[in-house]
Amino acid sequence: MRMAQAGTLESADCLVTVAPAEGFGLDYRGGNRKLFGERTRRLVSETLERLEVTGVQVTIQDQGALELVIRARLETALARAMKEA
Amino acid sequence: MRAMRSMLYIPGNAPGMIQNAAIFGADMVMIDLEDAVALLEKDAARDIASGFLRHYDFGDLPVIVRINGADTPFFEADLEAIVPLKPFAVRLPKCQDPSDVFVADSRMTEIEKRAGLPVGTVPIHAMLESARGIENAYAVATASTRVGALTLGGQDLTADMGIQKTRDGWEFFYARSRVVMAAKAAGIDAFDTVWTDFNDPEGLFRESRQVVEMGFTGKAAIHPSQVAIIHRAFRPDAKEVRKAERIVAAASEAERQGRGVVAVDGKMVDGPIIVRARHLISLASLYGMEGGEA
Repeated sequence: MRMAQAGTLESADCLVTVAPAEGFGLDYRGGNRKLFGERTRRLVSETLERLEVTGVQVTIQDQGALELVIRARLETALARAMKEA
Repeated sequence: MRAMRSMLYIPGNAPGMIQNAAIFGADMVMIDLEDAVALLEKDAARDIASGFLRHYDFGDLPVIVRINGADTPFFEADLEAIVPLKPFAVRLPKCQDPSDVFVADSRMTEIEKRAGLPVGTVPIHAMLESARGIENAYAVATASTRVGALTLGGQDLTADMGIQKTRDGWEFFYARSRVVMAAKAAGIDAFDTVWTDFNDPEGLFRESRQVVEMGFTGKAAIHPSQVAIIHRAFRPDAKEVRKAERIVAAASEAERQGRGVVAVDGKMVDGPIIVRARHLISLASLYGMEGGEA
């Protein structure tokens, strides 16, 4: 795994960065942090579990993205991170 | 009658726009994975489009997805991701001849079988955007029962022909005629290309009127502001609608009385005129024009 990104800083989107790490870490930033912090942690954990990814630091800059958009951006970032250089 | 006058293009990598797709009033939207998406973002756009098709409620708004062509490395992955999610149709770009439809059709059939869907669930809208594609319009239209529409791709066609698009659009007259005739002959829909200058609504209206008169089912829009203009172009004339209603009423009455021939406003009316009148009334119903005063 290597560091990778997906998404944009446009409204209703988010920028997801994933990087190799010891264990799991989530840095969730943006105005939605208080309101959707728990939900986002859950959806990130579920996605990582489903894709059997461990040892990753996930950073999400949320610009008001729907849940499905955060999930899609995370999946794209992880696929890019796993891809052979 | 399902309204299919306007089809709004939305870039596949723009979740904010996809999320708002339904509020622009277009009869259909088309999520674009092809030309509106940069090469390095093809994977991201595919994931976003799949995410929306899987989880988002578009209501009864038909959502079409334009995939990348068979000559790209994205074609297979696009079909694999999109077809199981049952979009209203898959738009297949750059169709040159029936073999392009065969390739997509057989891949889609495999995917549908694997996903437990009836074969043919997802229609193909075949996009003709080269001189060769235009010349093979009918063969493409009839290459598979999955082909539900022909669509004209004006941008690529001008490039292929080495010409410029003019405001009058006469350079598309043959291509449009050919596309619409082939679609009618095959019993499928025909959709016209985009009007790219969204600062020229008058030009869009004129062109839209032209394609309505030629028999196209609808026209693509590249900006939400174009939707209402296209709908205005499809709006039938009120007097014509009233006349159509008189024709249909007279024809129903004649049928009840077992008469084959009917006269309306002093003119003989026969089969094709009645068919045309019924079509006009269906179109008028989209504008709430039925049953009004002449």
